[in-house]
Amino acid sequence: MNSEEVSPGDDRKSVTRRRLLLGVPMVGAGVCGVAFWKMLSGMQAGSFNPHDINAPVTGRPVPDFTLPDQPPGTGFAAADLKALTAPVLVNFFASWCIPCIAEMEALLALQKHLPIWGIAYKDKIENATGLLKHAGNPYSRIGSDRNGRVAIDWGVSGVPESFLIAPGGLIVWHSAAGLDNSEVRDGLNAALKAVGGR
Amino acid sequence: MNRLLRTGLAGAMVVLLSAPVVALAVDDPSEMLSDPKQESRAEAIGAQLRCLVCQNESIEDSGATLARDLRTVVREHVAKGESNQQVIDWMVARYGNFIRLSPPVTVATLLLWGMPVLALIMGLVAAALAFRRRRSGPAPLSEAEQTRLKELSDGH
Repeated sequence: MNSEEVSPGDDRKSVTRRRLLLGVPMVGAGVCGVAFWKMLSGMQAGSFNPHDINAPVTGRPVPDFTLPDQPPGTGFAAADLKALTAPVLVNFFASWCIPCIAEMEALLALQKHLPIWGIAYKDKIENATGLLKHAGNPYSRIGSDRNGRVAIDWGVSGVPESFLIAPGGLIVWHSAAGLDNSEVRDGLNAALKAVGGR
Repeated sequence: MNRLLRTGLAGAMVVLLSAPVVALAVDDPSEMLSDPKQESRAEAIGAQLRCLVCQNESIEDSGATLARDLRTVVREHVAKGESNQQVIDWMVARYGNFIRLSPPVTVATLLLWGMPVLALIMGLVAAALAFRRRRSGPAPLSEAEQTRLKELSDGH
């Protein structure tokens, strides 16, 4: 009861010690909890995507490739992208990929002010054609990457994946998430503005 | 006899536990290189590369189609006579350091790699402090404490 009179210094020290022993792990657990919750809610909202790996191709010119036609579009090569004078979005898709089909509506809206060139990833020609017949075709040109080897040069880890190509063929922005997500669209619009697009 | 048996068993356990356990997904013989030396090199390279779909499996362990494609790429490069480092660099150029299951030592990963040593040092310091405190024993009672003790014992 009169412990403060007994040894004020020592007593205060042990109280601090006890508080620290209790507080530090509590704060640590709290910080971990908040971080974990943020990660999970980000995964839900689309702002955190564990598959959106840091793509080293951004900031580099497009890799060398030539792709055959994917009807109803015509194929293209790296030289075609390098010859561009306005930004273009390159979008990897496949008819077997549900998020790609979910993304189609957003692509159809986007192609009104930004041309989109599609690359059908590991897809049968007739299946990709069928998808575009049903869902609508947002692509100005479409190449077929039947064995998926061109996608590897782009650092694609799964469809859908989109790359913004600046005039001259420089990759300036990349997303491994679908453009039906508004946060991803905001990121694209910011990158587009930076390279002089609308 | 009994002791000999036990020593033998312990020895066998040590050998078994230290043998690297490999369960590879390459079970399709058509995927493998005909030269067993090159094939084992390709497997060693693939075991260091992350499957970008499953993320915690190597491309040798994964059944994902991208992993199979990357295995094929690794084998093509090995057959061309490239070194392990050249193949890994080719992958890193496309997928970044993320594709390496063991990240290289850089400024960003220094803390990661240094953590075991740091933890050991922190543990040693904590242990040394604890030992020193125990050795010095409890501090002698202060004057006020002694008076209080006297009061208490006098009360009975």
